[in-house]
Amino acid sequence: MRWNKIEYAGWGRALRATAELARPERMSALLDNVTRHPAPAVGQRRSYGDAALNDGGRGYDMTRLDRVIAFDAQTGLVTVEAGTKIGDLGRSFAGKGWIPPVMPGTGFATVGGCIANDVHGKNHHVVGSFGQHVTELRLIQNGKEKKVTPDKTPGLFKATLGGLGQTGIITQATIQLMACKGDMMVLTERRIDGWDEFLAALDGSAADYTVGWIDATAKGANLGRGILEEGEITSGISPTGGKAREVPFNAPSWALSAPIVRMFNEAYFRRVPAGGRTSVKPITAPFFPLDKIHNWNRLYGKRGFHQFQCVVPVPQADELKKMLERIAGSGLASPLAVLKRMGDGRAGYMSFPMEGYTLAVDFPNRPGVVDLIEALESMTKAAGGRIYFAKDALSTAEGVAGMYPEIGSWQAAVAKADPDGAMVTDLVRRLDLRGLA
Amino acid sequence: MNQSWIILGASSSMAKAFARLVADRGDAVFLAGRDKDDLARSAADCAARGARLARALSFDARDAASFSAILDAAQAEDGHINCAVFVGSMPEQSAIDADPSLVDGVIADSFTGPSRFLQAFAPIVEERGGGTVIGVGSVAGDRGRIGNYVYGSAKAGFAAFLSGLRNRLTRAGGHVVTVKPGFVDTGMTWGLEGMFLVASPEKVAGEMLKAADKKRNVLYTPFFWRYIMLIIRNIPEPIFKKLSI
Repeated sequence: MRWNKIEYAGWGRALRATAELARPERMSALLDNVTRHPAPAVGQRRSYGDAALNDGGRGYDMTRLDRVIAFDAQTGLVTVEAGTKIGDLGRSFAGKGWIPPVMPGTGFATVGGCIANDVHGKNHHVVGSFGQHVTELRLIQNGKEKKVTPDKTPGLFKATLGGLGQTGIITQATIQLMACKGDMMVLTERRIDGWDEFLAALDGSAADYTVGWIDATAKGANLGRGILEEGEITSGISPTGGKAREVPFNAPSWALSAPIVRMFNEAYFRRVPAGGRTSVKPITAPFFPLDKIHNWNRLYGKRGFHQFQCVVPVPQADELKKMLERIAGSGLASPLAVLKRMGDGRAGYMSFPMEGYTLAVDFPNRPGVVDLIEALESMTKAAGGRIYFAKDALSTAEGVAGMYPEIGSWQAAVAKADPDGAMVTDLVRRLDLRGLA
Repeated sequence: MNQSWIILGASSSMAKAFARLVADRGDAVFLAGRDKDDLARSAADCAARGARLARALSFDARDAASFSAILDAAQAEDGHINCAVFVGSMPEQSAIDADPSLVDGVIADSFTGPSRFLQAFAPIVEERGGGTVIGVGSVAGDRGRIGNYVYGSAKAGFAAFLSGLRNRLTRAGGHVVTVKPGFVDTGMTWGLEGMFLVASPEKVAGEMLKAADKKRNVLYTPFFWRYIMLIIRNIPEPIFKKLSI
């Protein structure tokens, strides 16, 4: 197989790496090569920072291994290759009455990536994390595929779910799909005027899918205003989606400057009538709102952007409010800011979710952002919360120390699964997650 | 009417994308190639996507004994039997320069093997009064160039074969589409120097199927390759022989 030396980046495009990538088209080619040249897997590079990067090393692009290997229409158990895009999986089976129980904010993420980051969706408070619906997976270990299940190999399973690919290359996974009436969603949107009201609305939401868009530029009495979106899946099959648009080139740096973002957010807030509104949409619209605009990350220009995402325990909600005040005061926020109530569902030692509130905000890569995110991180830590590795590009070993209490169990399992450190990525190196430094 | 597709070289990324498209339509697919384990996965994938029937079968362009089982399996289906040919091999020209015996394999994989298969297939179309052959050639076959003239000449031979086959099958109610892809993002081109305007296998497969539906004769895909090759074909030989493009 040919090695292709390329420069590549995470979705935020602020961190880059140069590595030799192989892109096997067949599983036998992958197995054969990994035995000789063990290296981490790379999916669709939808993690924002360096979770998929291996500067100066090698990697396996898994995107061509994307097939459904088995599907049982009675039980809804589906087995797919790791490069399968989660959105494709959603589209393939919705018409047969099954959807993935957990879908992250982009349908382009691969199943391997969903496992490695134990992703969550807008229904985390109801169904938990992605990994809780994985019934079996396979890892390449010592040149062979090893079966991993929550019952028979619980330690390795927990080290793999949210394990950032460190236990070996994931080749396939079996997922318990969720029965659904169709692939349409009844979406209710209403304006929320401030922070306290927002928390109360999130706590009180009885919907399966709940998420809040926050105007991260609003200050003072308007702090924490936004829109609450609540969705329930309903019957009916969506017609094939409209045409995707594309951001054809890098936007200039003023495109997301403070006054423009303030104007946009004002309009976005007012778009929902004061009395709220209800509509029926294909599930892809609320699930993957930005997927219709290909390469939307170019809107942030060639310097890229950062996303900060943290979760803090419920009693520490005031700390989160302070973070939002700080963000609003900085004038650096972009329109993308999301607040959500999380349940306690998590599948692995290093899974992100905890019972609490999670806040995610995008920032263009500008002067001041690094300091702001550093400050937000230490506020998160002080509040007993944690940051999400899939989004991080800036933290340090010291910064994340103590955020993941089960890291010791993970390190022990990973040391056994990959004793030579062949699966280490830039993220794992930067944060010294494996304690190798 | 029921449609069935024999897909030769079904492990290639273009073939996989094409198989998915016809599986979405509910057609039967016979995935033929050398890696049976890989083909079995693709067959399961096609079945999950809605194929009426999906089977993995052994095919080796260099071994004509492998042909009849495929033809027999497809003929068990009612309706039109179609065939899409994706086989071909392209070793580095430098490797062929070092070992001239490699020429035989390239020509067997890209020209004589699939041609012999289609000769055996043609009577099925004539007998059933319909059916489509999609043959994947290459823009490399439009003019021999220093970088890959062995592969190019095999594809040129295959293009002439397809032209003749179209002449033959049209009068029986069948049709033949010659496809000439430019650079496609496949395992064959991954990491090669000098690639530009690279198209995805999904895009090329979609255009192939559309061309078959519309009974197009020769498809350059993406479309602009028709004009690029028009220019390249018309460069006078005294100049062309000194170029390295």
